Amino acid sequence: MNTRQLAKIAKRIGFWALIVLIMVYAVFPFYYAVITSLKPSSDLFRVELWPSNWNFDNYISIFSQTSFLRAIFNSIVVAFSVVFIALLLGITASYALGRVRFRGRSTVLLVILGVSMFPQVAVLSGLFEVIRALNLYNNPAGLILSYTIFTLPFTVWVLTTFMKQLPMELEEAAIMDGATPWITITKVFLPLMWPAMATTGLLAFIAAWNEFLFALTFTLTDAQRTVPVAIALLSGGSAYELPWGPIMAASVVVTVPLVVLVIIFQRRIVSGLTAGAVKG
Amino acid sequence: MSTSIKHDDAPAGARSFTTKPRRGTKVRRQRVKAAWLFLAPMLIALTLVAGWPLVRTFFLSFTDASLSDLGAANLIGFENYLVYDDGRWYGVLADSVWWQSVWNTVYFSVVSVSLEVVFGVIVALILNAEFKGRVIVRAAVLIPWAIPTIVSAQMWAWMLNDQFGIINHLLMNVGIIDAPIAWTANAAYSMWAVIMVDVWKTIPFVALLVLAALQMLPKDCYEAAEVDGIHPLRVFFKVTLPLITPALMVAVIFRLLDALRVFDVIYVLTSNSTSTMSMSVYARQQLVEFQDVGYGSAASTLLFLIIALATVAYLYLGRKQIQLGGD
Repeated sequence: MNTRQLAKIAKRIGFWALIVLIMVYAVFPFYYAVITSLKPSSDLFRVELWPSNWNFDNYISIFSQTSFLRAIFNSIVVAFSVVFIALLLGITASYALGRVRFRGRSTVLLVILGVSMFPQVAVLSGLFEVIRALNLYNNPAGLILSYTIFTLPFTVWVLTTFMKQLPMELEEAAIMDGATPWITITKVFLPLMWPAMATTGLLAFIAAWNEFLFALTFTLTDAQRTVPVAIALLSGGSAYELPWGPIMAASVVVTVPLVVLVIIFQRRIVSGLTAGAVKG
Repeated sequence: MSTSIKHDDAPAGARSFTTKPRRGTKVRRQRVKAAWLFLAPMLIALTLVAGWPLVRTFFLSFTDASLSDLGAANLIGFENYLVYDDGRWYGVLADSVWWQSVWNTVYFSVVSVSLEVVFGVIVALILNAEFKGRVIVRAAVLIPWAIPTIVSAQMWAWMLNDQFGIINHLLMNVGIIDAPIAWTANAAYSMWAVIMVDVWKTIPFVALLVLAALQMLPKDCYEAAEVDGIHPLRVFFKVTLPLITPALMVAVIFRLLDALRVFDVIYVLTSNSTSTMSMSVYARQQLVEFQDVGYGSAASTLLFLIIALATVAYLYLGRKQIQLGGD
């Protein structure tokens, strides 16, 4: 009897220890970046779990660089435009794929799935050519265009899954009232699709905000870069002494909005991720 | 024409028996036309950013195009891939660095995806249990997934810093190592550093997919197993694992495709070092830094073919697995 109770307590302790371990593992690198970013540069190389002195010098230093401010501005413009385009093209395409039965529908779906599995490098030289031909090299607009390669297939896929689940009667009623397909989408489906659009929009936003390879390759000057590239290329006076304080401050600045989004919308993000992966 | 107008003008009640648009009715034809119209913008966009560039990449891989002057390219056949000239082999396929990067990529993919699956399932099982504060733990677990890869690579680079990094500090304090390890610079450890960062970042993805599958499992067979006093580990391997295999297969293919094209982590953590160079890093280096678009496109094309082959093979093998899991 006593041993059984002990075993039960031991099990509970083990379970909670595991939870604490997972929490620490998941959060510690971010926490460590935050405390590093708050340290004065003289303390930077003292390893400690709680900063003994702290100030905002690193933040002042990165926010006084115009190139970093430009990068944040570019990232915001690019990410919002990408979300807008992906949702606009995604909602119309998903209506066609989710609500109408027509020849070639499964082929289109297969092509979309195929594109979402593309390695980005495989289109790098061809896309470079397209972007140069459109005169969009070293221009955030070129990034907006190129990001549709990974945001659009995903958006269409998830929105189609949601679109399929809406009741048939709604659309029948709309057709009866003589609504055109465009009216049906904007007046009947759009109000119902907001949750799904919020989910896919969030995921597209995060993907665009985080993208690195295209941003690194298709931009050249500081003024046109996005934040990930700016952070990767932050360097100090010499190659051997990286400015860790400012790097961590910049990292925290670009991550905080994402962490806030995740905490607020975790349920949506989870449902979007699983809907995208588990075929509908 | 006139009949269809008549049909449209008919009172709603008269056609209530045809609510489901059938093949050939005007409504249906209109809908199909609208469907293609609505698909057009997306198809045009995907052709512009995916289809056409892919075709051009294939084409450029057979030319001697250079980045500074893409227009002035001559067809040179398979020379970028493999050519025998003056007693030596040249081309991507004869480059030992390419083969090193293929090996690195495969090694990285297999090891990191395996670790992610194991830890992802463990995390999912814990999140599936009911306890106070589950929502908070789930949010915390999602954080690594949301952090940009570049940022997570920088955060870990700082923690793994050879002189001032907290990881060396902790390991030395505990006594596991006597001297600091140059995690990212030393070829013996750098791949493990890369894997460590990738695993940290992508466990949440696997865990969430598995968690979604776990939450759909029937509760009654677990209750039955508990009544019969069957060991939880046995229940896991005999009941849970077979039931979540389809979800695991999906998670694995998504992760595998991601891992095979890995670029960001490696580029930031170890730059162009050959001991960790992946196929994507190799192709981009040729393409952008060495300005050799023809050669770089050949490497990109090979990367594309390898990933396509891996996908087909996986789906083929996976189909059997999923059927077995369902039996």
